[in-house]
Amino acid sequence: MAHESTYKPGTALERWLDKRLPIVRLGYDSFIDFPTPKNLNYWWTFGGILAVCLVIQILTGVILAMHYTPHKDFAFDSVEHIMRDVNYGWLMRYVHSNGASMFFLAVYIHMFRGLYYGSYKEPREMIWILGVVIFLLMMATAFMGYVLPWGQMSYWGATVITNILGAIPVLGESIRTLLWGGPSVDNPTLNRFFSLHYLLPFAIAGVVVLHIWALHVPGNNNPAGVEVKTKKDTVPFHPYYTVKDSFAIVLFLVLFAVFVFFQPNALGHPDNYIEANPLSTPAHIVPEWYFLPFYAILRAITFNIGPISSKLGGVIAMFGSIGVLFVLPWLDTSKVRSMRYRPTAQLWFVLFVLDCLLLGYLGGKPAEGIYVALAQAATAFYFAFFLIILPLLGILEKPRAMPKSISESVLKPSKADGAAAQPAAAE
Amino acid sequence: MSASTDTHKAGEGEEPTRRDFIHILAGSVAAVGAAGTLVPLVDQMNPDASVLALSTKEVDLSNLPVGQAIKVMWQGKPVFIRHRTEEEIREAENVQLSQLKDEKARNDNLPSNADAEDKNRVINPAYMVVVGVCTHLGCIPLGTAQGETRGEYGGWFCPCHGSVYDTSGRIRKGPAPENLLVPPYEFLTDTTIKIG
Repeated sequence: MAHESTYKPGTALERWLDKRLPIVRLGYDSFIDFPTPKNLNYWWTFGGILAVCLVIQILTGVILAMHYTPHKDFAFDSVEHIMRDVNYGWLMRYVHSNGASMFFLAVYIHMFRGLYYGSYKEPREMIWILGVVIFLLMMATAFMGYVLPWGQMSYWGATVITNILGAIPVLGESIRTLLWGGPSVDNPTLNRFFSLHYLLPFAIAGVVVLHIWALHVPGNNNPAGVEVKTKKDTVPFHPYYTVKDSFAIVLFLVLFAVFVFFQPNALGHPDNYIEANPLSTPAHIVPEWYFLPFYAILRAITFNIGPISSKLGGVIAMFGSIGVLFVLPWLDTSKVRSMRYRPTAQLWFVLFVLDCLLLGYLGGKPAEGIYVALAQAATAFYFAFFLIILPLLGILEKPRAMPKSISESVLKPSKADGAAAQPAAAE
Repeated sequence: MSASTDTHKAGEGEEPTRRDFIHILAGSVAAVGAAGTLVPLVDQMNPDASVLALSTKEVDLSNLPVGQAIKVMWQGKPVFIRHRTEEEIREAENVQLSQLKDEKARNDNLPSNADAEDKNRVINPAYMVVVGVCTHLGCIPLGTAQGETRGEYGGWFCPCHGSVYDTSGRIRKGPAPENLLVPPYEFLTDTTIKIG
């Protein structure tokens, strides 16, 4: 809801500034008195958590760059130098490397929340699309960041992923050479990945601004999925959601700290503590956990489809698995926004989450035997969910009765509402 | 139309005016200029002169016993050179084209339509020279160093996704789409080759 500004400059200085650069007004209207649905549950705190993740990554990243050397002869040693010699270097690096995992954990929850509550539906399509753009930028940033320590997984992960791009017809090989800066992954590759890894987080920050801007036009979706009707349906963002978000952020940072201080390498791979060796490939090249579902989809296409080779087919499927998210707002034909009131969709949603987890598990397994067949089935379900199930459900499903307003859904939960609200019960 | 205010064309705004023409011309020149600016900005990422200068490599094969193989680095990639046994050569020569997944020679020394018979993959049949990069996703196949598995066709085996190559470096099984690439090379003497 693009609402009337309620900002009243208190001091002469604020009045002077407000006439020239109304930046305090912008902040006040966006994060203090912004009218927010009063029924947001804890799944809605992940936006704030993600903002914190981005700040942590940029801060620790800038610090690490002060001590890191992007050269193939020194990169590996400079990372060990950070770990052993630099004051608190171990802390900065572990926060940064585990921070990437925490970032993806939060973004996946944030995306599943949007999927469950129909946050991508009209009039919020642009928020969702910008979110998918942020997700893609995050993947590119994380991939290039993982190359920088120049360990075995860094090197071979970079080799495998850049070779994937080589499968693109006509342009693929030129793109690959542009990324490599030579005939293979080598010093020029490391050097430019460092440059781009430093750049992209700021691009992410820019798209995040657009994401929040687009959010502040229609205002937040909410667990009931009905639009705000009156001022009674809302509370001001501050203090209600600043406090709720802060509490969730504290809990999230506890989990973060558990990894940083007690299991700093649990999410990494031991092979990356061996310096990169172009003459020897590790037995299993496995990407970081947050890429595993997409890696499973890439490897699931083991057969040629007409003129499309299996290699290109895998690339198409992998990019398609993210590309399909861009058109999700138009694939889901249901008029009902929140799955709270969509009993059948709820069921399929649970299966979809399990399918993504299964793909993640399979991505970490060798591509042989039963794992291949399972990955193919899971990939088929992944696409069927978006391309067949969601479009059909909107037509076939009989939704439950919806509350007339947010206030009604909060104050007088109908029987159906209470039964359906399991995932939202956190409130 | 943006130039409909042009006085001498007043009344028939559909007709392109001199001002329209100038707009299009100016816009086009700016677009060409912008595209031209992109060329150096993108091309700087292509392999630089120092990388290209390292593009050939000479290898002495006189110390390579029959049945063994070596890895040398060429352009940042390993090249496998195997001194094949008589049996390995015979095995490679007896394969029918129809048994191959990729029927092209993939030999940079020959035209691209040459077929994958063993004679099209070698210069001297005793020495098998291939780029040691799996054509699937770029891993280094095993089978060069002693003790490494050579896979069921006696050539090379890629541990990443299970591609199996024969003694002529041709893909026989697994996800790799193409035979191992034969790099451009020539024999300088009977036992010295120059790759690149």
